[in-house]
Amino acid sequence: MNGRERREEEVRRLLAPPGLRLPPDVLPGAVARGTRLRHRTRALRRLLWLLLVAVAVAFAVWAAATEPWHRPPLDVSPVFTGG
Amino acid sequence: MGAGVLTPAASLVCDERVDVRRRAAGVRRGQGFEAFVAGAAGRLGHAAALLTTEPPGRDPRARALLTAALAVTYARWDELRGEDPYDHSRRELVARFARSAWRHHRPRGGVLSRLTPRERLVVVLRLYEGVPEEQTAALLGLSEHRVRAHCTRAVTLLTGPAPPGRPATRGRATARRPVAR
Repeated sequence: MNGRERREEEVRRLLAPPGLRLPPDVLPGAVARGTRLRHRTRALRRLLWLLLVAVAVAFAVWAAATEPWHRPPLDVSPVFTGG
Repeated sequence: MGAGVLTPAASLVCDERVDVRRRAAGVRRGQGFEAFVAGAAGRLGHAAALLTTEPPGRDPRARALLTAALAVTYARWDELRGEDPYDHSRRELVARFARSAWRHHRPRGGVLSRLTPRERLVVVLRLYEGVPEEQTAALLGLSEHRVRAHCTRAVTLLTGPAPPGRPATRGRATARRPVAR
């Protein structure tokens, strides 16, 4: 074991926990907060889908109403040259 | 009840069924999560306390950090798809600490009080958690070279002679590293 490894081992010992115990309020806190987060994420996702559908419907209605694929009728008739 | 498309009563039954299924999924998630927390959160909590340099037993910041990280894991529990929940929580914890590192510059008397927040992250990931160098680099957004440099510096600081005054590994928040700004 060289010097570097020995010192890293020393630091590892320094970091070792005195005894692992879980504070009692962590689990209920995490579940409550996580539940809120889930609900918020789901609400946001639902809202975005709703927005997407609304945009699609609006576009469809606009397209059906104005039919932009048709050429607009000419305002001026071509000059009559025939005999 | 008529043969209509979906009478109000029928839709109510349907809603109830969805509700029951959702509740069952919630119970399953709760049990799995509880077992995970019982097994892993103590270790993760100690990592958090090392990062915030709070002495054991008096670590409200570490507990808040841990709770927030575990909450995200709980919220995504159904979408983990085979990913280790411990890795997920640890990643969340590290990201959260890194984002709020400016709040943790002040040493609070823990073992790593003499290190900067980034050095603490490297030391905790490399030497406490045993995460390989390249994964640590990816987690922290550093190059492997920088990770190694931080680690070496931290190890030197921690195993070297304590700064004059009180020993850095004990005592209250008065243990400060020599001011170098």
